[in-house]
Amino acid sequence: MSTTPADVLSVAQLARLRIEEAALDDVTERFGRILDLVAQLQQVDTEGVEPMSNPHDMVQRLRADAVTEDAQRDALQRVAPSVEDGFFLVPRVID
Amino acid sequence: MSPNELSTATAVELAAALRAKTMSAVELTQACLATIARENPVLNAAITVCGEQAIEEATAADTLLRRGDGGTLTGIPLLHKDIFCTRDVATTCASRMLENFIPPYDATVVSRLRAAGTIMLGKTNMDEFAMGSSTETSVFGETRNPWNIHCVPGGSSGGTAAAVAAGFTPLGTGTDTGGSIRQPASLCGITGLKPTYGRVSRLGIIAFASSLDQAGPMTRTAEDAALMLQVMSGLDPGDSTSADIEVPDFRANLGDPISGLKIGIPKEYFSSSLEPRVAASIQAALVELEREGAELVDIDLPHTDQGIPTYYIIAPAEASANLSRYDGVRFGYRCEAPTDLNDLYERSRTEGFGEEVKRRILVGTYALSTGFYDAYFKKAQQVRRLISEDFNTAFETCDVIAGPAAPGVAFGLGTKTTDPLAMYLEDIYTLSVNLAGLPGISVPAGLLDGMPVGLQLIGRAFDEATLLRVAHRFQLRTDHHLARPVPTAVNP
Amino acid sequence: MGLEVHLQLATESKIFSGAATRFGAEPNVQACAVDLGMPGMLPVLNARAVQYAVMFGLGVGARIGKRSVFDRKNYFYPDLPKGYQVSQFFEPIVCEGKFEVPMPDGSLFPVRITRAHLEEDAGKSVHDAYAGQTGIDLNRAGTPLLEIVTEPDFRTAEQAVAYLKSLHSLATYLGISDGNMAEGSMRCDVNISLRPTGTEVYGTRTEIKNVNSFRFVEKAIAVETERQMDILESGGHIVQETRLYDADRNETRSMRSKEVANDYRYFPEPDLLPIVLDDAYIDNIRAGLPELPGAKRARFIETYGLSDYDASLLVDSRTTADFFEAATDISKAPKLTANWILGDLAGALNRESLDLTESPVSPEALAGLIVRIADDTLSSKLAKQVFEGLWLGEGTADEIIEARGLKQVTDTGALESLVAQVIEGHPDQVTQYQAADEAKQKKLLGFFVGQVMKASKGQANPQRLNGLLRAMLDSG
Repeated sequence: MSTTPADVLSVAQLARLRIEEAALDDVTERFGRILDLVAQLQQVDTEGVEPMSNPHDMVQRLRADAVTEDAQRDALQRVAPSVEDGFFLVPRVID
Repeated sequence: MSPNELSTATAVELAAALRAKTMSAVELTQACLATIARENPVLNAAITVCGEQAIEEATAADTLLRRGDGGTLTGIPLLHKDIFCTRDVATTCASRMLENFIPPYDATVVSRLRAAGTIMLGKTNMDEFAMGSSTETSVFGETRNPWNIHCVPGGSSGGTAAAVAAGFTPLGTGTDTGGSIRQPASLCGITGLKPTYGRVSRLGIIAFASSLDQAGPMTRTAEDAALMLQVMSGLDPGDSTSADIEVPDFRANLGDPISGLKIGIPKEYFSSSLEPRVAASIQAALVELEREGAELVDIDLPHTDQGIPTYYIIAPAEASANLSRYDGVRFGYRCEAPTDLNDLYERSRTEGFGEEVKRRILVGTYALSTGFYDAYFKKAQQVRRLISEDFNTAFETCDVIAGPAAPGVAFGLGTKTTDPLAMYLEDIYTLSVNLAGLPGISVPAGLLDGMPVGLQLIGRAFDEATLLRVAHRFQLRTDHHLARPVPTAVNP
Repeated sequence: MGLEVHLQLATESKIFSGAATRFGAEPNVQACAVDLGMPGMLPVLNARAVQYAVMFGLGVGARIGKRSVFDRKNYFYPDLPKGYQVSQFFEPIVCEGKFEVPMPDGSLFPVRITRAHLEEDAGKSVHDAYAGQTGIDLNRAGTPLLEIVTEPDFRTAEQAVAYLKSLHSLATYLGISDGNMAEGSMRCDVNISLRPTGTEVYGTRTEIKNVNSFRFVEKAIAVETERQMDILESGGHIVQETRLYDADRNETRSMRSKEVANDYRYFPEPDLLPIVLDDAYIDNIRAGLPELPGAKRARFIETYGLSDYDASLLVDSRTTADFFEAATDISKAPKLTANWILGDLAGALNRESLDLTESPVSPEALAGLIVRIADDTLSSKLAKQVFEGLWLGEGTADEIIEARGLKQVTDTGALESLVAQVIEGHPDQVTQYQAADEAKQKKLLGFFVGQVMKASKGQANPQRLNGLLRAMLDSG
C-alpha cells in the first residue's frame, strides 16, 4: 500500500500534530512501512469472528449515585498552564 | 549484611533481617540510596530520587518494626516506574509533555504498596509513554544496561529492570502493554511478572493502551514477585476493568512440586526470528523443568505471526485517544505564546511528544479514521480474538506455556532507534499475551557472553499462582537468578 | 425534519465520577480529576444514569438494549477535557420505539424514536471575560446526558414543539430530569432538510444546534426552512453543516469552528466494559414506573369524561394531574374541578408567578369550594368570592361562606317571596311582558332577574330564579 505525504498530513491534522516540511518524506516512508506491516492482517480469514475489545469478556460494574469528590480545584489547577478566577484559559475560541 | 550483600538480597531475606533487627529500615534505605548515588550517573535508571522522603518513611517503618507491627514488606525499599502517579512527586512518563507534572494523587498500586509499608526511593526511567522496547526514547536520556553499559536494558520498563539488576532496590514496579515488563526483565536478568489483565488496578497509571496495560512486580526472585503481587492485586472500584475475582495467597503453594504439570512448547516461538543461541538457552531451561517433573508437550499458537500487526493497530489506536488529553490546557506542556487555539494544540503536542509517540498517534489515528476502521481496527480486534482462542485451545492440553521472553539478548544502544520495525520485533513473544489478557513471567535462564537470557512462562487467566510456582521451582533448581552484573563504577 | 434532544439526567453525581452535578457552582469546583481527564484517571459508571435511561426507554415504549457499549467520540475542543467524549455509537442502551404525541387539537401524532444513548456532557466556554482568551469551566463536564434521536417524522414546527413538550412532560413524570430548559437540562438539535413538492427525496440537511426553549425551536425551524427555501428557489444548493440559532437576531448561522475535521473515529471505550442488563433488572424498573402522561390522559378521558383538550392540559405536568385527582376524589365533580384548576386557579397562580406546588389553595380546599358549587350553595359569581377567600387563607370554603354570608338563596319559599315582591313593584313591566312576543319576553325576563338579584344581594340561585319567574309571570 502506498501512502502519500498528503495522507500523512491529513492524519496529522486530525491528531493535532504538525510535521515539518523537511521531515515529511521520512515520516511518510516510516508510516508507510508500518502500514505495510499491519496490512498483513488482510490475509487472515475473520469471517464471522466477533471483534474483541477487552480480554475476559467481563461486564460493566455500576457505582452507586453518590457525591464522593470534594472540591479540589486549587490542588488540581496547580499543574495548569494558565488559570484565572478558576477558569482554564485558552486562546480565544470563535464559534 | 555488607553493602554488597544488601544490594543483592531478596525482599524476603531483607524482611527477615529487619524483623531480626540485624539491620534497620533506615540503614537499608541509606544503603540503597548510596548505590543509586554511585551507579545512577552512569546507568540513568532512576529519574527522580526521593532521598529525604525515603528516610522519613524508613524511620516510620522502623517504629512499626520495633513494636513488632507492620507487614512482610514494611521497611522494604522500592522504585516505581515513572508512569505511576505519585502524590506530590513528579510523574513524567519520561516525556517533555509531563516534565513538570506533579499529580495530587497516588495510583492505586502506589497507595497499596505504601500502605504495605514499602519505602519509595524514587521513580525510574522508561520509554516515553511506555512506547518502546529499549528505554531510549526518554526525554531524560537512555538508561544503560548494568550488564553492559553500551547495551540497552530493554523497555519500556528498562529503568526499573536496570535498577533491580544493579542493586538500587530489591523491588520495583513496571507496566506491560506488549512486553514492557518481561522483555527488560529478560535483558537485565531479573524476574518480571505481567499479571492477568484486570488483576491489578490501572487507576492512576498513565494510560498507553487501556485494554492491554497491566502493572506488575519486577524483582530478583519469583518469591519476591509473589510477595509484591499479593499487595498489588485485587478489585479496585475505581477501575471498571479490574476483576472482581478472588486473590489467592500467592506464596502458599509456591514450593509445591511441579511434577505432572504439563508445559506447552509452541513451535512458533522457536522460529527463525529467535537467535539460535537464545533458543539453546531456553531449551536448556526446559530440560531443567522436565527434571523437576514437568511434562513438556508440543502446542500450536498458529496466529503468532499476526500478533505484531494486530498489536500495532490496537495499541496505537487506543493510545491515539488516550493521548488526546495532552492538549496544553489543563496540565502538561504548553507551547510558548500560542497564536490561536489550533496553534496551541498543534505546537504543544508537536513539541511535547517525541518521535515514536507521535508516530504511534498517527498510526492509531489512521486506523480509526473513516474508511479504514473496518479494514484496520475491527479486523485487528477480530484477529485478537483468534489469538486469544489459540491460547484457550492450547490450555486444553497444557497448564503453562514456555518459551523465550525476547528474540535475543540486550542489543547495542542506538542500533534499532532508526528502524521502528526492528524495534517492534523485540516484543514478538510477549505481545500476544497482552492481546489475550493472560499472565506472563520472565525469569533469568542464564547468560550468553555475559548477557542475560529470559525464559518466559505464560499461564491461564488469573492463574499467576501456577506461573509463580513453576518459576520458583526453577529458581530453587538453578542459580541463574543469582547472577549479578559487576558494578558499573568498575565496569568501563 | 428530525430532532435530537439532549436530556440531562437528574443524578446527584456525574456519569463517570463522584463529582456533584449541581448547577451554578463556582467555575471548576465541581470538576474532579476524572472530569478533567487527568493522567491515569478512569471512569466508573453511575448506576442511576443507567436506571434513568432504561426508565426513559420503557416510557417511550422502546426496546431496551440488553447489551450496550460505550464508545469514544474523538475530537479536540477545549470544553472536552479528554479529547474524546464517551458516548454510545454502535450499541445504544435504548433502541427503536414509537412515541405518541398529543397535538393541541387532541389528536395523537406518532413519532418514531430511532435510539437513545447515554453520554457525558462537555464543559462550558466563557468568551468575553478575558482579553483575547476564552475561559473554560468544566463543572458540567461529565454530567450524564441521554441523547434521544428521532426519525425524520416531523413536517411542521408545531409537531416538533408538541413532541418536545411531550418529551419534557415524560421526563419530569419519570423524575429522570429536572427539565429546566433555561439551565440547559433539555437541549435540542434540529435536523432540517426540505423535500420539493411532488418528490420523494429529501435535500441536503443542516443541523441547528442547542435550541433551548420551545419557542426558539419553533422560530429556528421557521427561519431555517425559509433560508433553505430561498436558497433553493434562487437555484443555489444547501451546504451540509452545523448551524447555530441566534435568538437575538432570529437567524441561524454557520458554526465554522465545529466544521474543522469532523472524523470522530468512534471505537469501543476500553476503560469501560459492556453494560449487560437482564430481564429481572428491566422488569423491576418497569414495575416501578409511574403512570405516564399518555396512559393518564386516556384514563382521564375514560374515567372522568373529560375532553381530549382538558385531559391533555391536566396531564401535561404530573403535579397538575395529581392535584386534579386529589381534588376530584373529594369533589366528585371532575369536569367542574378541571375547569377550576385550568381556569381560576391557573390564572391566579400565573398572576403571582407561582408554581402549582406553591399554591396557597390546596386540592382539599378547592374541592370544598367545588362541592358547594355542585350542591347549588354557590353561584359561579359567589364561588369566585369564596375562591378569593381561599387564596387569602381565610379558611375552608364553608367557613368563608359563613363568614362572608355568601350562601345562595335556593329555598323555593324564600325565592317565591322575592319574586312576588319584584312583580308587585313593577306592574308596568309585567303588563309589557304579558303582551310581548317571545324575543321581547326574553329581554324583559332579564330585567326581572336583575331586579331579584339586586334584592337578594346576588345570592339568589339564577337557574331556579329563571324558572320561578317564568312560571309566576305567565300565571300572573
